[in-house]
Amino acid sequence: MPEESATSGKNIFTPFNIVAGIILAVGGVLTILRFTGGLAAVTNLSDYNPWGIWIGFDLLVGVALAAGGYVTSAAVYIFGMKKYHAAVRPAILTGFLGYALVVLALHYDVGRPWRLPYPFIIQQGTTSLLFEVGACVALYLTVLFIEFTPAPLEWLGFKRARNIVVKLTMLLTIFGVILSTLHQSSLGALFLIAPSKLHPLWYSSYIPVYFFISSIIAGLSMVIFEGTLSHRFFKGKMDEEHLAEKDTIALGFGKAASLVLAGYFIIKVIGVAADNNWHYLGTGYGAWFLLELLGFVALPCFLYAVGVRDKNVKLIRWTAALTVIGIVLNRFNVSMIAFNYHLPSSERYFPHWMEIGISVFIVTVGLVVFRFIVTRMPILYEHPDYKGVH
Amino acid sequence: MSISRRRFLGWLGAAGLGTTLGTTARAATAKHFTGHPGAGGVLFDSTRCIGCRKCEAACNLVNELPLPDQPFDDLKILDKTRRTDAKTYTVVNRYDSNSSGSGPLYRKIQCNHCLEPACASACFVRAFRKTETGAVTYDASVCVGCRYCMIACPFEIPTYEYDKALTPRVQKCTLCYPRISKGMLPGCVESCPTEALTYGNRSELLRVARQRISRFPQRYVDHVYGENEMGGTSWLYLSAVPFREIGLREDLGVTPAPQLTKGALSAVPIVVGLWPVLLTGIYAISKRKDRISDAEKQQAVELAVTQAKTEAEEKLAAALDQAKQQKEKEIEMRIKKALEEAAKAQAEEAAEPETGEAGEPEAGETGEPEAGETGEPEAGESDKPEDEEGS
Amino acid sequence: MDTVFHSLHDFMLHTESITYILIIAALIGITGFWLFLSDSDEK
Repeated sequence: MPEESATSGKNIFTPFNIVAGIILAVGGVLTILRFTGGLAAVTNLSDYNPWGIWIGFDLLVGVALAAGGYVTSAAVYIFGMKKYHAAVRPAILTGFLGYALVVLALHYDVGRPWRLPYPFIIQQGTTSLLFEVGACVALYLTVLFIEFTPAPLEWLGFKRARNIVVKLTMLLTIFGVILSTLHQSSLGALFLIAPSKLHPLWYSSYIPVYFFISSIIAGLSMVIFEGTLSHRFFKGKMDEEHLAEKDTIALGFGKAASLVLAGYFIIKVIGVAADNNWHYLGTGYGAWFLLELLGFVALPCFLYAVGVRDKNVKLIRWTAALTVIGIVLNRFNVSMIAFNYHLPSSERYFPHWMEIGISVFIVTVGLVVFRFIVTRMPILYEHPDYKGVH
Repeated sequence: MSISRRRFLGWLGAAGLGTTLGTTARAATAKHFTGHPGAGGVLFDSTRCIGCRKCEAACNLVNELPLPDQPFDDLKILDKTRRTDAKTYTVVNRYDSNSSGSGPLYRKIQCNHCLEPACASACFVRAFRKTETGAVTYDASVCVGCRYCMIACPFEIPTYEYDKALTPRVQKCTLCYPRISKGMLPGCVESCPTEALTYGNRSELLRVARQRISRFPQRYVDHVYGENEMGGTSWLYLSAVPFREIGLREDLGVTPAPQLTKGALSAVPIVVGLWPVLLTGIYAISKRKDRISDAEKQQAVELAVTQAKTEAEEKLAAALDQAKQQKEKEIEMRIKKALEEAAKAQAEEAAEPETGEAGEPEAGETGEPEAGETGEPEAGESDKPEDEEGS
Repeated sequence: MDTVFHSLHDFMLHTESITYILIIAALIGITGFWLFLSDSDEK
């Protein structure tokens, strides 16, 4: 933020800077508490509830919402939908930042973060789905980083290096889609090993597929959602292509999201049928499940469709926000709300405010870095030297 | 030899031939594992347990765990239901409301040392190991602290040292692995005054358990808990009441933990193998489509340009032709007029000559070829937007 | 390899470890093969 004011010559004490500054300061204190007092000092985690919001929100939601990177680059580079080209760079950037923050958050969550490379360099627990998730996230973070580098390289004027990376686009995109398919689904598959702890309505042998398909929905919706926010706050940074394609992207991605949501709805219902879970629908958890299914899958599916038919971009934007909330709800349900459903309420988990504080801190770090990059590098506009060369 | 044959049949099974080959192939692919043959275990007979907490004390002692706030001979602690924690590997709970009708029952909790441990299957650094003794051990020197083992364990046994900042470990019963590998008894078993705990070879213990059930059918529920639960555990339980009444879940099923994740894991190489094919295929199709539409566009543009050109040329030619004709007509007319005038002049001779009228229609005619020319820039404009789309 | 597996877990550790090595080989291999296959298109 100070860098921002240095370049624009504006007052440092903008509302954003003040709020972000306070959050970062509090986050710094919480970080010290976490690494001096252990997890018990800042979390409500227990022997019954080993995973809290640092996994439920920072990891599961973070990875799902960062899916825009692979979804957009696949649409543009593999499916050849070149009219969405303007969406690629912002999506790659948010994807990269998202995954970087996920890895940062894991450093808070695991007991001995400096050992995070151990599964790869010391001893490989290949039967674990977490091994697969770890390997894919590590590799995909690298892929996203390389995919992102053209922006800083253009910014810094390293033409040759930039051109080499751009040549790799296809390869990186395909790798990105493979790795994303694997770890998005494996995040759901993590819960396959605990059929006795996750409520039957959410536990399904299809859960890897659910996580993968809903990540596509999350990716599409996040691109629309971010586009709205970027347009609001960084309009000055957008070139004509971005401004002109903004509505095209919302309509196209909204249509795709509507269709995928329809498919997701169908397989969710089939999941209930496959395990014969109909009778649970009448219980409290059943009502909660129906709320998720009808209010955050079926409803956005319909609203997207109406928005696309009426070319109502505003409706599509609001629906994107609703869909994102639905994804958050789903991940919370699987990892926390419907997890350990069999325990008495006294043993259930509710996050400590300091856990939420760290999560807010990490999101804020992401926003600040995003703003730093977007205000400097050719993300929302094309660098004049490379105009029209896609 | 047997392995290679089994593998070959496995391949056949994978190729979808398994069903046609019938049971032989299925038996070979759906492998059955029975655990280490000499592996030990413990039989807990809840009808013999008196809740004296001697096992808790012994466990605390032999594992050098920190002493609890309340001493082990204080039985008041049994009033509340407890679980294992980072400082306690085992706990005895009292269950007052049960269907036995003969007062409270007690049950000891500790790691059940599964035959197919969920913790080991879930651990991404292989910190857990099912040893040949039957004990499931934990190696803190590689543990990252992800706590996925705690998520995975159906018995909620592993605990974590949440209060340690730098060296937190997962803590759980080790079946006294250091002691049993030296031929000693686990601490709890050794200390039990009522022989509620019996240590021995697991298959031997199963026989003992069944013997007790058949000898006293009215005393026991006809089930050995742990024989098949989650694929079987090294700890086995006998009870006078349904097991859920002494805090053991009866809804765990018999599927061993690794089996639960096997399907998802086996999808991984399939995705890696087929996604590149699928994605490059889609890419090739979209690229081909682009190329075709590009070519079509170019063709259309060329066609439009040539059409416009020929049209313009035709128009120009027509205009020129017209102009020429008109000029000719005019000349003709002029000649006619001149001739007429000459004739008139000749006829009248004395009258004044009249000219200048013929100059006006000439100016009107030169405008026409200009209109023909405007056709060309129009054609030039029409190919411009198409060009933009193509970029 | 005449390893005797006493548990499904041990068996899967063995097979999955081999699978992961094959996956890495496959990813590198298919990239190379794709270049070999589409080499003539570029020229």
